[in-house]
This record gives sequence, C-alpha cells and structure tokens, in this order.
Amino acid sequence: MKFLCVECDRQMLFEERRLPGDGTLAAAFRCPQCGRAVGLLTNPMETQLVASLGVKIGGTTIEPQPLEMVRGMITTGRDDAFAEGTGDGGRGTGVAWSAEAQERLARVPNFVRGMVKKIYADYAKDRGIVEITPTVMDSARSELGLEGM
Amino acid sequence: MQRGVLASYDAFFGVALNIRTYHDLTEPDRSGLPGQIAAQRRRVAARLAGVGRVVAVMSGKGGVGKSFATAGLGRALARAGRTAGVLDADFNGPTIPALLHIPVARCALRNDAIEPAVSSDGVRCFSMALLLQDGRPLGFRGPEAESHVWRETLEAATLREFLADVAWGTLDRLLVDLPPGIQRFQELVDLLPAPPAVLTVTIPTAESRDAVRRAMQFAQERGAQLLGVVENMVDGPFAGDAGEALAREFATPLVARVPFNPDLRVWDGLAQRMMRSS
Repeated sequence: MKFLCVECDRQMLFEERRLPGDGTLAAAFRCPQCGRAVGLLTNPMETQLVASLGVKIGGTTIEPQPLEMVRGMITTGRDDAFAEGTGDGGRGTGVAWSAEAQERLARVPNFVRGMVKKIYADYAKDRGIVEITPTVMDSARSELGLEGM
Repeated sequence: MQRGVLASYDAFFGVALNIRTYHDLTEPDRSGLPGQIAAQRRRVAARLAGVGRVVAVMSGKGGVGKSFATAGLGRALARAGRTAGVLDADFNGPTIPALLHIPVARCALRNDAIEPAVSSDGVRCFSMALLLQDGRPLGFRGPEAESHVWRETLEAATLREFLADVAWGTLDRLLVDLPPGIQRFQELVDLLPAPPAVLTVTIPTAESRDAVRRAMQFAQERGAQLLGVVENMVDGPFAGDAGEALAREFATPLVARVPFNPDLRVWDGLAQRMMRSS
C-alpha cells in the first residue's frame, strides 16, 4: 500500500509500525514535503489477515525463521515439539538478558519460546545491543512485526 | 491522473484532488508486500529443488484411504531403494506419522530448516501430528469472530512453511497427502513453481466415482498431470467399478486395486508404476 499527500502531490513515506494493543496494527507514514503524518490502523481481523499471509507491513530486516508462522500462531502445540525450545539462542548467543526480560520470555509458551528467543537475540546482535530488556523486546516486536510474541 | 467517482466529489467540494494510481507513485514501498510474497515462493522453489517430482495424493471424497495409500506407496518406494518423503497436508486430521510408524518426538532444527521425521523404512515425513498436543484440535491464535475469513489463509501459509522450511533434501518423490476436497490442492498449485502430478484414490462405489471425478476435473483444469487412479477397498462391501470408470474417462491408468488387507506386492507394484511415470 502507498499513501499520497494530495496537497503536496507527494508519496508519503513509511516511518514506523507499532502494536498499540487490542489487536491493532499501526503504521505511520509521513509526507516528505510538508511533514504531515498519517496513521494506518488495522482492526484485529485485518491484522490477522496480514499475519496469516506471513508478510510484514513496513518490511522486515531479518531472515524468516523455520516454521515462523506455524510456531507463532498455533495455540495447541506441544511444549516439547521442538528440540531447540530450551537452548539455542541463535546468532545472538552471548547477548545478556535482564531479569525482567528473562521473566517475560519465560511467559512465552514453550512451543514458540526457542524461536522468539533467537529472534530477539539476533535483533540485539544486529544492532549492537548488549543487554535485552523489555524495552528492547518491545522495539523488536514493533520493528519486526512479531504480533503476539 | 485517475478520475471517476472522486471527480464528482471534487466538483461537489470545489477542490481538485490529484488522485493517481498505485503505480504512478514510484517511491519505494518499504513494505514491499509483492516482494515478500515472491520471496516466499522462491523459498519454496529452492527447498524443493532437489525433489524429482511432487505428487499430490488426492480425492474429492473423504474416507477412501488417501493417507493409507500414501503411506503404503511411500514405504514401497523406500523398499525399492528410492528416496521418498511424505508431507501430511491434512492439518486437521493428520495420520501419516502413525501410518509410517513414526513415534512423535522433538523436531530438530538444523540451520534454516526443520529436520523431517524419518520412518524405519527411510521415508521422510512432516506432519501437524508431530506438533500438536495429543487429542487437541489444531488451534490458531486470532479473533474468534468470523474466523473462517482467516483460518483458510493460515492453513495455506502452514502448507507453504511445510514445503519451504522442512529440510526435504534430495528426494525421488515427495508425496503430498491432501485432505478431502479440492481447496488444499489449489493452495499447492499456487505455491509450487509448476502444478504437481496427481494420484487419485477412490473406492469402488458410484458415489465415490462422482466425487472423485470432480476432483480429477479440477486438477486437470489446473494443468496437473494425472498419474493414475488407485481403487481402494476392492474386496469389501463396496460394489462398483469407480476405478476403471475414472481411468477410462480421464485416459489415465488404473494403477492399483487395493484390497482391505493388501500385501506388500500391491504397494511395490504401485511404486514401480509411479517411478516409471515421467
């Protein structure tokens, strides 16, 4: 999708995406000429459709994880379905986790926890972040489109 | 410049909105959704590059023994020294691991893919049965209201990930065990670089014949090669000649007639015919 600033006759540029809650996906676009910003707000059904297609509004900067959609969306998966569920931290192994971040990670279902941990660790590694905190996790969720993770 | 309905609004409000088409706007679309979809397709094609042939096992009818035939064929291919894989595309009623005698165990992650489970015969397999809690239906996170709108899309995406994210490796044949109906077959056609070959399964009855005919017609209209018809449960209570009738109607061979308790020769014969078909 693209947005046009009709007053300036300029294409508005994607600025950021957020997950403000209640299933809403928000994407902000700004006119490069007049600076006016608009927000695209999808309802939970539209957000779900985007997630179902396995695409990310605003694009993505990391490689897809194996069975990313399956692991992120299934609610009746076995806790021990994946061997890496308790260990592999991905390329970001060595990145520290704050106590609060570890606590939050522990609340993620086992079925998807290994993948989520790897995504956050890779995100931190790519950006030179030495410690993962809840704030870093929030940023990663919004930037990477990790709805519900 | 695009005009039309908006032009009447322009006239009403006395303004001239300079509305243009999507393709008139040439700044990069950072979301790049078409590009993301294309990348998904490339990932499927790359993963299946080592697969000699994808064969969809389908039927328009439930309960005719598609999964039974798929597993029997897969094991026979392995006995014949061929490399075979089975993708269980029946996400809501997965049975392939049980039919291949594969115990449920943790799925191993290797590099960028999930390792398939492997039967004692050497048949590689991936199935929703390996992922779900015992006795629980497949559940997806999402708004409960109007879930039919997005659930089929999620199942199509699941099929895509099973194709693209499982380390199938080099295979002579990848058998895709489809659920009853035609929807999953259409999704498979959409995802693969070329339509899969199709092996259809029926039981002898006229009712089955009529349902399977629709599925075969559907597959043919989408460019799939029909490899043949398997007639299952031929020595039981089901009367009819659906296998022969469908084979004749679609000019495709009746490749196996499978009794209720088939011996290995039935499957071995089917495997030989499947390997001969190019």
